[in-house]
Amino acid sequence: MRHIISVLLENEPGSLARVVGLFAQRGYNIDSLTVAPTEDATMSRLTLVTHGNDQVIEQITKQLHKLIEVVKLQDLSESAHVERELMLIKVKATSGEHRDEVKRCADIFRGQIIDVTAKTYTIQVVGTSDKLDAFIEALKGASIIEVVRSGVSGIARGEKTLTL
Amino acid sequence: MTSQNTKPEMLSGAAMVIRALADEGVEYLYGYPGGAVLHIYDALFQQSKVKHVLVRHEQAATHMADAYARASGKAGVVLVTSGPGATNAVTGIATAYMDSIPMVVLTGQVMSHLIGEDAFQETDMLGISRPIVKHNMSVRRPEDIPYLIKKAFYIAQSGRPGPVVLDIPKDMTMPNERYPYQYPESIKLRSYNPTAAGHPGQIKKAVTALLKAKRPVIYAGGGVIMGQAAEELTELARKLNYPVTNTLMGLGAYPAADRQFVGMLGMHGSYEANMTMHHADVILAVGARFDDRVTNNTKKFCPDATIIHIDIDPASISKTINAHIPIVGLVKPVLAAMLAQLEQKKAQPDAPALATWWQQIDEWRAVHGGRYDNDTPVLKPQAVIEAVSRITKGEAYVTSDVGQHQMFAAQYYQFNKPNRWINSGGLGTMGFGLPAAMGVKLNYPDADVVCVTGEGSIQMNIQELSTCKQYGLGVKIINLNNGYLGMVKQWQDMNYESRYASSYMDSLPDFVKLAEAYGHVGIRVTKPEELQPALERAFASKDQLVFLDIHVDPKEHVYPMQVPGGAINEMFLSKTKRT
Repeated sequence: MRHIISVLLENEPGSLARVVGLFAQRGYNIDSLTVAPTEDATMSRLTLVTHGNDQVIEQITKQLHKLIEVVKLQDLSESAHVERELMLIKVKATSGEHRDEVKRCADIFRGQIIDVTAKTYTIQVVGTSDKLDAFIEALKGASIIEVVRSGVSGIARGEKTLTL
Repeated sequence: MTSQNTKPEMLSGAAMVIRALADEGVEYLYGYPGGAVLHIYDALFQQSKVKHVLVRHEQAATHMADAYARASGKAGVVLVTSGPGATNAVTGIATAYMDSIPMVVLTGQVMSHLIGEDAFQETDMLGISRPIVKHNMSVRRPEDIPYLIKKAFYIAQSGRPGPVVLDIPKDMTMPNERYPYQYPESIKLRSYNPTAAGHPGQIKKAVTALLKAKRPVIYAGGGVIMGQAAEELTELARKLNYPVTNTLMGLGAYPAADRQFVGMLGMHGSYEANMTMHHADVILAVGARFDDRVTNNTKKFCPDATIIHIDIDPASISKTINAHIPIVGLVKPVLAAMLAQLEQKKAQPDAPALATWWQQIDEWRAVHGGRYDNDTPVLKPQAVIEAVSRITKGEAYVTSDVGQHQMFAAQYYQFNKPNRWINSGGLGTMGFGLPAAMGVKLNYPDADVVCVTGEGSIQMNIQELSTCKQYGLGVKIINLNNGYLGMVKQWQDMNYESRYASSYMDSLPDFVKLAEAYGHVGIRVTKPEELQPALERAFASKDQLVFLDIHVDPKEHVYPMQVPGGAINEMFLSKTKRT
């Protein structure tokens, strides 16, 4: 099962290494990881996508909790939440027909073309990871030069929060 | 301590390190000097509150501090230099981590501006130690030193204890730069606030389940020792008249001489302990973590049991074995709360069921009962431990290294008090025994301190005989010399058709002469009749280090031994008998 774990972390040198090290040390999976300071500069918020059975996920959350710098955490996938990932994708766009095709496809996925050259388009797409996967799939006809994905960020819906 | 209306004292970073240790009540600091910590050593020299013990290798410093913590419950403190000083301490830090022992390790570091430049004696100690510490930190501003030292002690000693490393770049300790010193009385962290009392609802459920049990057992581990809850555990067990088994780390949590004690459980546990566990309908696990050396095959583990698990670390609960009634909290207050509820309920355990259960346990006791073949002209290692147990009345501090001698000590020494059995259970560190004995002896000079070791392990930190001479540490070394790496050989006998790949200790030194060369007394024992007089001579004095080189049967194996991949009740009972 895929889980999205949000972590509030003391924004101190080495605290991210501790989280990553924990996953490596105990053989847990990291599918994606994003981290940046919050509105309170002393804290970072980290979103981690992982997978495993219930027992593994329980150990992951417990072991994360044990890290001294982890202030709070939440398994977002346990309740209603919104998740987004950002992707920048550079594709070959040479002939007129080809360029139209790529543009149409980007429009369908509500992507924006953020850089243009005579031979390339760079497109920005935001959405769930599935949507980004689908966009890559849809572009398979065009030749993809480069893909950058931010990893998932997420937040709980409604009243539920992860704050101090 | 400075009061609020007077100006705080101005101290250098180096002086603050030592002063903070003094204010924390630290008496001994175990370490070894080097470039990056010379300012700190100079500050140490200029005061007398904190005393320094110079070891011969940094690993020994960590084991000394660790053993002090195991005996006293308070964090031991280590000071080493950067680079090799720090890396030499790694084995000792990992040893403490695996057994949840509070320890504060101060490691020197190169000047801040040199970090990352591969400077002389630079190593990334924060990176190296990260997976084997409860926490680690580095000093970035000298004025933070008192706070960081307080924080290190707080983290090391609270919750589930563990080692904390504080890395101190040399420029944080400059003697001529002074900062206001004030040692914090306490510390509060928003990100760390371990639970103390258990959940009352869970405790209530646990008591109800316990009282309903027909075949109960109490399985107590190192958490009872470090959580200073042996008294509560004993009271609870006696009140209920339930059998108690201790883990390797929990020996002494319940008195070994007591009728309710069924022995250690696990890989080399007693037949009766493992049988009692396997057939139990309710298991009360207290400060124990269902380690693989206890459970054997987790899929076959105690099929009928409802498991109540008390542990300070939520991650230890349902990690390998699912707990039906988990209780997160310090074992001492949780056990006290359980006792109070028993008192209140006035309910009694099921006496007829219990009588049948005890009858069954006594039958199991008769099957093996720790017997070994002692009718030989060759001295048996078990007999040596029994003799040591008798002469010290089960009251000595016993440290051990790792291997057959460790298991014999665990099985045949009667530990009647907590904090007396000091061994590396989790990491299994050879070389632990002698420095550990030194750490205990230094702090408890009037006690008998015995290091049970083998000719393999003792050579891993033999250089510390020199430290013993310097500080007059009269530990008694029981070297069970069988000329083999005994436990490796046992496995090779059992699983590799006795192909002794590198398990034979060729070219052993003359340990008697070696002890004498270091200024101690050495005695060799080769025959059974020589043992008692030798022990009497050794234990006649508290101050003299005596190295007893005892030649024991090289063919002896440790039994019982669990059958690999089997349930907890599947054991080899001798070379020819299995369950």
